Amino acid sequence: MRVSYFPGCTLRTKAKELDLQARKCAEALGVELCEIENWQCCGGVFVTAKDEIASKLSSVRALKAARDASQPLVTVCSACHNVIKQTNYAMQTDTEFADKVNRYMAQDKDAGEPYHGETVVQHYLELLRDTVGFDQVKAKVQKPLTGKKVACYYGCLLLRPGRVMQMDDPENPRIMEDLIRALGGEPVVWAGRNECCGGYVALENEPSARKKSEKVLSDAQAHGADLIVTACPLCRYNLSKYSADVPVVYFTELLAQALGVEEEA
Amino acid sequence: MQTKNERLKEQVVRMSGVNPLKCMRCGKCSATCPAYDEMEYHPHQFVYMVERGEIEPLLNSKSLYQCLSCFACVERCPRNVEPAKLVEAIRLVAIRQQGMNHMTADDIPALLDDDMPQQAIVSALRKYAK
Repeated sequence: MRVSYFPGCTLRTKAKELDLQARKCAEALGVELCEIENWQCCGGVFVTAKDEIASKLSSVRALKAARDASQPLVTVCSACHNVIKQTNYAMQTDTEFADKVNRYMAQDKDAGEPYHGETVVQHYLELLRDTVGFDQVKAKVQKPLTGKKVACYYGCLLLRPGRVMQMDDPENPRIMEDLIRALGGEPVVWAGRNECCGGYVALENEPSARKKSEKVLSDAQAHGADLIVTACPLCRYNLSKYSADVPVVYFTELLAQALGVEEEA
Repeated sequence: MQTKNERLKEQVVRMSGVNPLKCMRCGKCSATCPAYDEMEYHPHQFVYMVERGEIEPLLNSKSLYQCLSCFACVERCPRNVEPAKLVEAIRLVAIRQQGMNHMTADDIPALLDDDMPQQAIVSALRKYAK
């Protein structure tokens, strides 16, 4: 099957492996990620103010392209996922906002039909769970992660706000743990998995980000994690910076290993 | 004639879509805030100060730039008040003023290291600059 794919700025630069692994694994699972033409950066964060229009147009353009291709829109980066899903929700629920956006978009070349949130937005993890199915993933595993204790780190962007993301229980998620189980690994039970790593504050208040990340890391370590997995390049950056012993990797790295496509990725 | 604080309150409530009167003062937003220690005004204070129309102290506070936008307060509020949206609206009122950007592109090179993902840079500029 084919889905529209929005890689995002960091998957073209510092997180190239996340993009490559995601593509290779999708291929192994019979899904083709069709990159949207001329996609623009999502901006990294969703601006919650209702009168903020221009910064959300890049997301709407991607959503519209997916709708016109009659495909769901898939992202791998947690931040792109958050921004695009929140923008889609605003297009569905805030008529005044949607009208303003559509008036802007009418000036685009080949503007087409106005957009009102028709596209289904999926994180790659949701693609694996809801479209491919974890059973199918499990059936394709060549090298199970036997004995590997994995701490699944959700951070803030994947799950919140829960009523908008609708990906999993925002306080007690299981999507990544279920994936790790399907890959033959052992998910660790720990409390820090949906607490913030410090995010973009790392740029100007490094001690603040350090404090948040160290709290997450010590909790993962206290619960016996061999490694931490994340879907977010910024979480990976913050956590890796302060992690002495526990490697922090993208979930796609374990997926690629288990599916036996890591050499190619 | 409205006072400046009354005008600001109206603007912040409209931009954020938040109704501060829904707050029952349980303090859960501040209890769960990972940036609590870095903030001069905490999430629950944002809510009641907006309700009372005390916007100017918030507008001038560095707390605006310590919020991580992690939505923990939004998720865990039993009354669905969404304090983070008030912080965001007030930050926007601040940085939308001429010359009031908290960070500019010129500041970025000095803040970078080799591993810093692009996502961090675009996110910070979106939060701190207009």
